[in-house]
Amino acid sequence: MDKATRIAVALAALLAGSDVFSATSIELESAENDVGDVSSLQRGARNFMNYCSGCHSAKYVRFNSMADDLQLSEDQLIENLMFNAERTFETIQANMAADDAARWFGQPPPDMSLMARARTTDYTFNFLKGFYLDPDSPTGVDNRVLPGTSMPHVLWELQGFQTGVFTEDANGTSVFGHFETRTSGSMSPGEFDSFVRDTVNFLEYISEPIASTRRAMGVWVLIFLAFFWVIASLLKKEIWKDVS
Amino acid sequence: MARIESEIGVPKGGFMKWIDDRFPLTETMQYHITQYYASKNFNWWYLFGVLAMVVLMIQLFTGIFLTMNYKPSADEAFASVEYIMRDVEWGWLIRYMHSTGASFFFIVVYLHMFRAMLYGSYKKPRELIWIIGMMIFFALFAEAFSGYLLPWGQMSYWGAQVIISLFGAIPAIGETLVEYIRGDYSISDITLNRFFALHVILIPIALIALVFVHIVALHHVGSNNPDGVEIKDHKGPDGIPLDGVAFHPYHTTKDLVGIIVFLMLFCAVVFFAPDMGGYFLEHANFEAANTMATPEHIAPVWYFTPFYAILRAVPDKLWGAILMASAVLLPLFLPWLDRSRVRSIRYRGWIYRLALTLFVISFATLGWLGMQPVDSIYVIMSRIFSVVYFGFFLLMPYYTAIDKTKPVPDRVVYHG
Amino acid sequence: MTDDVDQKRRHFLTVATAVTGGVGIAFAMYPFLASLKPSARAQALGAPVEVPVGTLEPGEMIRVMWRGRVVFILRRNEEMLSRLPLSTDLLVDPDSAKEDQQPEFAVNEYRSMKPEFLVVEGTCTHLGCAPIAQIDVGPADDWFGGFFCPCHGSRFDLSGRVYKGVPAPDNLRVPPYRFIREDLIMIGADSGAA
Repeated sequence: MDKATRIAVALAALLAGSDVFSATSIELESAENDVGDVSSLQRGARNFMNYCSGCHSAKYVRFNSMADDLQLSEDQLIENLMFNAERTFETIQANMAADDAARWFGQPPPDMSLMARARTTDYTFNFLKGFYLDPDSPTGVDNRVLPGTSMPHVLWELQGFQTGVFTEDANGTSVFGHFETRTSGSMSPGEFDSFVRDTVNFLEYISEPIASTRRAMGVWVLIFLAFFWVIASLLKKEIWKDVS
Repeated sequence: MARIESEIGVPKGGFMKWIDDRFPLTETMQYHITQYYASKNFNWWYLFGVLAMVVLMIQLFTGIFLTMNYKPSADEAFASVEYIMRDVEWGWLIRYMHSTGASFFFIVVYLHMFRAMLYGSYKKPRELIWIIGMMIFFALFAEAFSGYLLPWGQMSYWGAQVIISLFGAIPAIGETLVEYIRGDYSISDITLNRFFALHVILIPIALIALVFVHIVALHHVGSNNPDGVEIKDHKGPDGIPLDGVAFHPYHTTKDLVGIIVFLMLFCAVVFFAPDMGGYFLEHANFEAANTMATPEHIAPVWYFTPFYAILRAVPDKLWGAILMASAVLLPLFLPWLDRSRVRSIRYRGWIYRLALTLFVISFATLGWLGMQPVDSIYVIMSRIFSVVYFGFFLLMPYYTAIDKTKPVPDRVVYHG
Repeated sequence: MTDDVDQKRRHFLTVATAVTGGVGIAFAMYPFLASLKPSARAQALGAPVEVPVGTLEPGEMIRVMWRGRVVFILRRNEEMLSRLPLSTDLLVDPDSAKEDQQPEFAVNEYRSMKPEFLVVEGTCTHLGCAPIAQIDVGPADDWFGGFFCPCHGSRFDLSGRVYKGVPAPDNLRVPPYRFIREDLIMIGADSGAA
């Protein structure tokens, strides 16, 4: 690439769709999760370790810090969540070696530590619900929010398979309409929704484990500053009585 | 007032005298604090100077603690930020204070600059204060830009790629210059390492030195005020300006109230919205830099976007860069572009009021446009508002000269 | 104008503002000070280490790393143990009377849980150099084997007890440890990790 092209590519990248509010222009269903809900996080952690951690690491997340936040005892942690780790202070690693994964999927499955923060929780919620049958894809499925993803439909046993119904807009581009269930899974749609909600809730939690703490702490900081403001204002008024 | 001077102002002998015989401590305190007289009618616009100082302190202090755990290497930088966020006790708070501080620095400095435009604070004899201030602003740009590379996220990497490439637009030396800035043929570990050196050593030292000079110059000529009148023209028998009150305890107690309000806003962001919806911490920067793939949706951080919008309003690389550079540099010349006989907007005519309003609208809109995708309607809007932006400065000698001004009072207006 | 000022009120508000500000600054400083202590990663890296000692012959010593520090594990034989009482009079603290330099279980002549296994940190209590093991009886009358620090000449006996008249003030520290099995020692605080 010559210099001009390189700059053009980089500029185009910066210019292209710089809507800072959403990572995607696709309409997303709200996940309606609650990171303050510890039992949801516990279920989400179990889901993550059972269904995701085979391929995805969460390499910045330590088991023991997570157990503290999720109100799990050391025994509960070791029995229910630590399948591939020996010591509680280790971080969550994928079972699969990264180069094996790269060979099978074309690229290593991304680390999940910050996924909910980088792509938003709603995005991950819709992604996990968005697999539909596509005979042209090597995995047999494609995804509504990330077309061409190399991730297979890991949760098919729970959700079953669905097909996507697309329509064409005025410009001839295909627009997603809705999903139609092809085969049902072991969970009802409602059960599956709450399964995915718990999972993305956990993903949101690990993307910023301190979030709940900082909010709680912020209230006290603001109360203190408000108190300080009252005193300082009274002092200012008192001192400024000198000025006429 | 007399009470305060008798308490603090006079050398008392003993330890203070010992110091004062060797270092002008009392004299310096008097000159800058207890006997520095500034107008009593300062309004809240006059808080932003001290607030900028507060943010500078926050940035320096949190920055020192961040460098204790940050690793300026392409392999480790991103992970070391997450290490700070998760493994270092309270690291998250220090990091959020620093990242929030960056945005608040620009909020405060933009408002501080706007205050100067409202009340003509750049006009004679304060031209040099304004120019030093602009240099602080440039240093702040460099500081923010070099700092944004350090987390080594997707936005860090690709943002730096674009901005550094801009220097390539300079004819003849551009290509070489870009390589000298990067120290490599692309943004790399080497670039990160040197940006770290600039961010934590060179630019902070320059900032501190410039701020010091800014304040020395200010205290030499004295602060302006919302009426734009010289308080030194009317002194009492004691030689103290009649409309002035001592910086301490009057302005200090007043500033303290302002600082607390500022800290409440600052903490509200730090504790409740450190991302600020993607404005202060961009979502894409939570993905580690990937030299193979540009993120799909990216925009510069908000404080750069007005100038960025001007850059892309021009369909020519060199001219885009020239116009952007001009947009940044033009305010330097305000003291000489402004031909009005009065300082404060209170006594200016409708033309300047209109011009300043249009300027604010164009600046804010350009800021918004800089975040939008490239779309023909947005490009056209960017051009229109760029014209307004430049028009404000370039036409200033004409419209300020013909603008009908109102009579300026002798003394400041103060409703005790 | 200073005359009609309520000085008491003014004084009270000044003090109240200063105190509140001081409290605020103290609160704000706490996170910064706390950030200096070992992080979760440092704690993870400093977690207990397990050392197999089954293959250690009597009279043999190994060095292992724990929290970035060297720990000596010396399996003393009968002859070495018999030498311990010889040096008693030459030592600063032969009974390990000073607290916090060894766990409770090591307050004895052997400074260990089991007489034959000595587990001590290989860090001189003078200025942190690494002592050299000189297990054999020396040429001098007052040396019955032990550890010698090359930096400033401090001497310790075969239980890591410091000799009189050397710069080091204290005995070599005994880290917390326990025997998981007969032939496996875990060095480090016995908590947290599985």
